[in-house]
Amino acid sequence: MLRLCLSALLSHWRRHPLQGISILTGLWLATALWTGVQALNDQARADYARANALLAGAAQTQLVARQGERFAQSAYVQLRRAGWPVSPVLEGRLRFAGREPVSVRLLGIEPLSLPADSSVAGQSTQGFDLLHFLTPPGQAWVAPDTLQRLGLKPGDQPTSADGQRLPPLAVQAQLAPGVMIVDIGQAQRLLQAPEQLSRLLLPNDFARTLPALPDNLRTQLQLQPAADNDDLQHLTESFHLNLSALGLLAFLVGLFIVHAAIGLALEQRRGLLRTLRACGVSLRALIGALALELGLFALIAGLAGVLSGYLLASLLLGDVAASLRGLYGAQVAGHLSLSPQWWLAGLGISLLGAALAGLNSLLRSAQLPLLALAQAQAWRQAQALWLRRQSALAIVLLLIAAACWRWGDSLPSAFALLASLLPAAALVLPALLDAALALLSRLCSTPLSQWFIADSRQQLPALALALMALLLALAASVGVGSMTEGFRQTFLGWLDQRLSAELYITPRDTRQGLAMRRWLDEQPGVEAVLPQWRLELRLQGLPVQLQGMLDHDSYRQHWPLLEQQPDAWASLASGKGLMLSEQLARRLKLHLGERLALPTTPPSPALPVVALYADYGNPRGQLLLNDELLRRLWPGATLSSLNVRLPAEHVPALKAQLQSRYRLDSTRLVDQGTLKRWSVEVFERTFAATAALNSLTLSVAGVALFISLLTLGQSRLGQLAPLWALGVTRRQLAWLSLGQTLMLAGLTVLLAMPLGILLAWCLVAVVNVQAFGWRLPLHVFPMQLAHLALLGLFTSLLAAAWPLWQLARRQPADLLRQFADER
Amino acid sequence: MLTIQNLYKSFPTAQGPLPVLRGVDLQLPPATSLALMGESGSGKSTLLHLIAGLEQPDQGSILIDGQPLHSRSETERARWRRENIGLVFQQYNLISSLDTASNLSFQARLANRHDRTWSTYLAERLCLAPLLQRFPEQLSGGQQQRLAIGRALAARPALVLADEPTGSLDETSSEIVLELFLQLVHEAGSSLLMVTHSTHLATRLNRRLQLHLGRLLPGDA
Amino acid sequence: MNAKPVLILLALLLASCDPPAPPSTGFAGLGQQAGEFAQVERGHGLQFPADHGAHDGFRIEWWYVTANLTDSDGRSWGAQWTLFRSALRPGGEQQGWESPNVWMGHAALSGPFGHQYSETLARGGIGQAGVAVSPFHAWIDDWTLRSLGGDGLQQLEMHATGKDFNYRLQLRSDRPLVLHGDQGYSEKSGQGQASYYYSQPFYQVSGEIERAGQRFSVTGQAWLDREWSSQPLAAGQSGWDWFSLHLDSGAKLMLFQVRQENAAPYRAGTWIAADGQATPLKPEQITLTPLAWTRLANGRRVPTHWRVALSQPTLTVEIQALLPQAWMGTRFPYWEGPVRISGDSNGRGYLEMTGYAP
Repeated sequence: MLRLCLSALLSHWRRHPLQGISILTGLWLATALWTGVQALNDQARADYARANALLAGAAQTQLVARQGERFAQSAYVQLRRAGWPVSPVLEGRLRFAGREPVSVRLLGIEPLSLPADSSVAGQSTQGFDLLHFLTPPGQAWVAPDTLQRLGLKPGDQPTSADGQRLPPLAVQAQLAPGVMIVDIGQAQRLLQAPEQLSRLLLPNDFARTLPALPDNLRTQLQLQPAADNDDLQHLTESFHLNLSALGLLAFLVGLFIVHAAIGLALEQRRGLLRTLRACGVSLRALIGALALELGLFALIAGLAGVLSGYLLASLLLGDVAASLRGLYGAQVAGHLSLSPQWWLAGLGISLLGAALAGLNSLLRSAQLPLLALAQAQAWRQAQALWLRRQSALAIVLLLIAAACWRWGDSLPSAFALLASLLPAAALVLPALLDAALALLSRLCSTPLSQWFIADSRQQLPALALALMALLLALAASVGVGSMTEGFRQTFLGWLDQRLSAELYITPRDTRQGLAMRRWLDEQPGVEAVLPQWRLELRLQGLPVQLQGMLDHDSYRQHWPLLEQQPDAWASLASGKGLMLSEQLARRLKLHLGERLALPTTPPSPALPVVALYADYGNPRGQLLLNDELLRRLWPGATLSSLNVRLPAEHVPALKAQLQSRYRLDSTRLVDQGTLKRWSVEVFERTFAATAALNSLTLSVAGVALFISLLTLGQSRLGQLAPLWALGVTRRQLAWLSLGQTLMLAGLTVLLAMPLGILLAWCLVAVVNVQAFGWRLPLHVFPMQLAHLALLGLFTSLLAAAWPLWQLARRQPADLLRQFADER
Repeated sequence: MLTIQNLYKSFPTAQGPLPVLRGVDLQLPPATSLALMGESGSGKSTLLHLIAGLEQPDQGSILIDGQPLHSRSETERARWRRENIGLVFQQYNLISSLDTASNLSFQARLANRHDRTWSTYLAERLCLAPLLQRFPEQLSGGQQQRLAIGRALAARPALVLADEPTGSLDETSSEIVLELFLQLVHEAGSSLLMVTHSTHLATRLNRRLQLHLGRLLPGDA
Repeated sequence: MNAKPVLILLALLLASCDPPAPPSTGFAGLGQQAGEFAQVERGHGLQFPADHGAHDGFRIEWWYVTANLTDSDGRSWGAQWTLFRSALRPGGEQQGWESPNVWMGHAALSGPFGHQYSETLARGGIGQAGVAVSPFHAWIDDWTLRSLGGDGLQQLEMHATGKDFNYRLQLRSDRPLVLHGDQGYSEKSGQGQASYYYSQPFYQVSGEIERAGQRFSVTGQAWLDREWSSQPLAAGQSGWDWFSLHLDSGAKLMLFQVRQENAAPYRAGTWIAADGQATPLKPEQITLTPLAWTRLANGRRVPTHWRVALSQPTLTVEIQALLPQAWMGTRFPYWEGPVRISGDSNGRGYLEMTGYAP
């Protein structure tokens, strides 16, 4: 029975292939966008996990220096000879010069002492090719992706920017991207840190029964317990949430298509369903057949969707990886390697989508009365009821949105705000359009214009879903576009102010930095040398960058402050105040004037926060204090960079002198223009993937509109034929239809603008604050809005063109049939 | 004066062209009525469609006051339809998005020949006056057909073409509606060409012609 | 005793993730060509205390102590302390991480509570492991074998820690060192493979052991082996069986056989009279017969019951493992454990067996 039933049902698609294609397309697009985004997230998360598993991650209990970043190797030997099964690691950044300078995270490991249960690059420590790794020339392990980024091949022995020759490169597929692993001895040579170590790893079982450190080491080293959560995972969470939200939006837009097409197919098969029931097919068999049919669609579309999702993700991955590098310093591979679970999940989401979109139709089929009503329900009443219901639902959602805005203070609540606001706007759209049309109809006096408006209102239910999709996609474009553009302007303005020095120097180490500073002070033309002392530590579990600031007018004039107390710079200079980056202040929940105690030994008095400043793009919280205070409290602070002020015409000469005197390559000696260019490039790539996803969503909405218009085409004939008979030409009718579509789309576009601006406000004032810790001013860009509005109209025009072309080409016979056939 | 000369029309089918009209000649003087009869598939509706300019003949000509209809462009034919033809079909083909009043005056206004007094009169005669604010789906079958008749006559067209105008109504209603229809056609001063298979109804018209296998049978049916 | 695990070390380093080295290169890579490493030569002679220290020109080397102990309740224990040095490449010692030396320590304690062992590795050149000559001190991490006085090896303290066990033993002997083979030149095959090899088999031991949180005072006998070479095994030699035996008469006996593919085992040994007089044993004087095999928990089969027969002096004894499961599951695994001697003479000692495939 099921088979017979199914074959009867499936015969429908032979007669209406377009509906079948609609359902497949909708599911396909929805699945593709969603799985694509998930692929990006999965890849990134897998890479964080690989990076975290790299012995140096937070997952392992470690001994680290109390002061500064490194300590003497003798501590390792001493501890080993005291029976501590520690293993040494030296970590640093290794730079490579080039047109676009690249740096990798270099990890020096000692394979013989690694805890037996640890693994490096997916190999257990017992399975190493020790002979090649340890004996000259040694090996440098890199992931295939990193090798590609460096433009090198296995076996190459490149030279670092500091002039050190690397061991031959060897590919380790399991290695985290952006990481290079060498023997510890090689690392000390490459990083020019002889007999220096960054950390000592402790096997987990030993860490549990930890004996006390020897006295002489207690002042040098401190224990850093294994932390469950990974900073990177935590920091990038918001980014991935953003991606997921975009993916979800696209998924929903795709489901609109499916829902519309399935609903239409059911509507047209009402008669068939009744006949089947009347012939003795049980309700259960009928519903089973319908569900099976739906499952078949989901399976086919799901397969295509997952494949396209993979393709999409591989196209976007480069940009996403660049974003993550730029925003968080997170390394993500440029190629995908996905688990089988991902593929299965993709098929699952397709099935789920089909179920969601088809549930309503299945329920309606189940409740279909066996005996048909003589007359279909009057469309006008039905439409009014439908509009009322949707509006009621929209109001409920708006209330939820308002509650989220008023009482929410977390990222999920910010997204809940968006998740209720957007559907509410979508649901209220048909009612708004209907009202707008009712208003317009009063202005119409000619019969055709009256018909034009009246008929548009009648089309509304059929086009509503597609228009909603257009509204959402366009509003998302406007919102994300305004946010991005606003961020760009704020960021560029901030960068202009912040990058006030003419030359930025990164010394190899503090000693070289001090020497350079003395030398620079004596150079003619140099107006100021501003040293930046840095120290990384954790405040309330958060990684924080402490920066020592010299008291100098340059900062007072150029360092942009968001909020400040009177004489903020003077307090900072006298060591009586701290300045916090906006995101750090938010994370620590500190306000201007409140006090913060720094984790010094012995404890030092808490200092007031005298100013907050913007520090866009820095994943870590930053804290400014007087440089002498910093070095007094932490003698191990490093001189991380020297900012040199001098007249612009002296820059090239001084640069050349520095290059030859200190053998500084382009990564360590950067002028203002280059630094700005790099920053802007990073910024641009950061939002490239977002923009791409956005325009894809918009095209999905276009497809939704296209399919709706196409499916509408047949029933439109019944409306158009009488007009034709009454003396309106076919061409006129086609133009009128196009006008109707454009009017509806235009009104939708018009409504999308304020919604998009509202969305932009949510993004900058709520989501960004929760996700990144900074609040941006809301900018509205009329040109951008106009551009997007035209894009929306153009999308609608494209979507309308084909169905109308079909309509205009209708043979008279098709129209005449409307007068002869059964209704 | 409508003159039809040697009209041929066939439709393409999978088995080759299917001839529907095979040389029809006909004249309809102003303000006269003609019933066109014949079995299903005899080509009655096709003839009507050709006269309305909805279809193009393969051969032969349709002359309106001596002017050939089918040498005109589609735009001109549409205009001809708008200004000179009133169409009444078996299904009423009302515009579902417009109310009764708008439907009634639609074609007249389209043709710029809206006569408010005449429209009001029509509405009253057709018992539509209390229903002017309703929409087609809120009307009964008889009401809908009366509305279609009203719409066809609102512009006082020279020629009214009716295709089984009462085919969807029961016998009593169709009697009443037809009577009203004929009166109003007369008052409008229009000619009427009506397709019907009911001999009984056909007797109410001035002339009757029988269409058989694409040709008109000679003599009054 | 034991040439052994050393090889292991080497192999460990050479084998990487490849399948186990083919038999033709010998157990743990010991059969590899010596290349530019220093070669063992007959008649070279040994010099003390210098030869107690490391010989950086040679590929492999070890300091090896086994002790047969008895606690105050009369229960038998065995303790092993071994330090291996292996050079990854010729060229001698260098300071820092560039050093070619890799050090490996093995420690074991066998007794009423079973067999426990531990392993640790260290790079040369940074001080994590090494050997000082005067006063003598061999160490890796916190494991030590060091002189308690004097230039030589007369008084040593031996200490190691592993999971659930540790020991600290004092070793004393006033007897001279025993040079094996021809004045310390010990052949390992008929084709010239050899090592420098000397022993101190006469240690009297006292000290403390700790096992699973319980401490025991022990006394007993210990045997120290020193051996170094660059290629102690010939191609086709796949493993060996090594005996160091303390007879109740006060005499000591060192015996080994290197098993060869397609050939009879190569056997050699040294008879050490109670007064310390050493007599090399020729291959044909020695018969070694496995009497019973033990299937280990890991599936390998090893002979843990042997008959040892000598023709000059005439001696037939049976050797039985105290703990047949005394498997060293280290990176390069082997069997090593205390044995009991019965027959013409009673006594105790240590047995080491390598190269028994799973």
